[in-house]
Amino acid sequence: MARKRSGGPSQTDIDMTPMIDVTFQLITFFVFTLNFSEAVTDDRIQLPMSQLAKPAEGPAANPITLQLMTSGKVIYAGEPVSLSEIGGYLENEKRVMIAASKEPSSATVILRADGRSTTGDVQELIKACQEKGFEKFVLRAEYDESK
Amino acid sequence: MAANREELPNKIAIDMTPMIDVVFQLITFFMLTLKTVVNEGDFDIRMPLGMRAGPPPEDPIPPVRVRMTAGPAGERTSMTMNGQQVGDFDDLRRRIIDLVGTGPGSNADKTEVELDCDPNLRYENVIRAVTAVSGQVQPDGTIVELIKKIKFAPPKKK
Repeated sequence: MARKRSGGPSQTDIDMTPMIDVTFQLITFFVFTLNFSEAVTDDRIQLPMSQLAKPAEGPAANPITLQLMTSGKVIYAGEPVSLSEIGGYLENEKRVMIAASKEPSSATVILRADGRSTTGDVQELIKACQEKGFEKFVLRAEYDESK
Repeated sequence: MAANREELPNKIAIDMTPMIDVVFQLITFFMLTLKTVVNEGDFDIRMPLGMRAGPPPEDPIPPVRVRMTAGPAGERTSMTMNGQQVGDFDDLRRRIIDLVGTGPGSNADKTEVELDCDPNLRYENVIRAVTAVSGQVQPDGTIVELIKKIKFAPPKKK
């Protein structure tokens, strides 16, 4: 029995080359797929689908992203806020813009509303923005690849 | 001269451990920052507050009114375009194309659509209506653009 194990060298050298090759390939892949886009997304929102939802050509000017959940709450800066309280947060946005000598009407409000939320809530949110002087709105939808 | 060259071992073993450590750290970083490309797009809507003082709008064509009513669960129960009953969103798109035409000489740029929806209507119906009036995807994948000016009617009380 003991004879069987005596033949091998005392230290086995593992050839690291293929492993390092694969590892570098992985790194290269991840480097190329890296994108630092600041698009705001949230898993709590399930956007409606549309065949015409083309990606925007460039980043919107002074974007304000508001995400409306099915419950009627708005996700503003990552926190759920009720529709009645969103006015105060928008007032802050407006003040920040005025302090930076920009017109509130030049801001683009990006509405990421859940497809299952009600139109009334969406319109209420738009109205709250209008009261603070925001005029440009875009409705965001997910691109539907199926015909 | 020959004495300067010390006896070197035939093979120098490089310790790979720190390099592999760093490489795995890099992999972990890039994996965690990986974001799948967002396949999202926007529809512009025009919602200026109230009526502005100034010259009246140049478009003499009255806006196309699309009215959608909703049932108790938020489902779409009926849809009308300028008072005429419309079956589905494909039907709506056909009527819009009949109304404004396509290609050169189309009135699509001058026409505006006003969406008038029940407050409890599910929002995805709005996006489908906006999709129907704003363009058509041809079988070869190109998009024929229709009406771009879209607005909401003033909200109703719940």
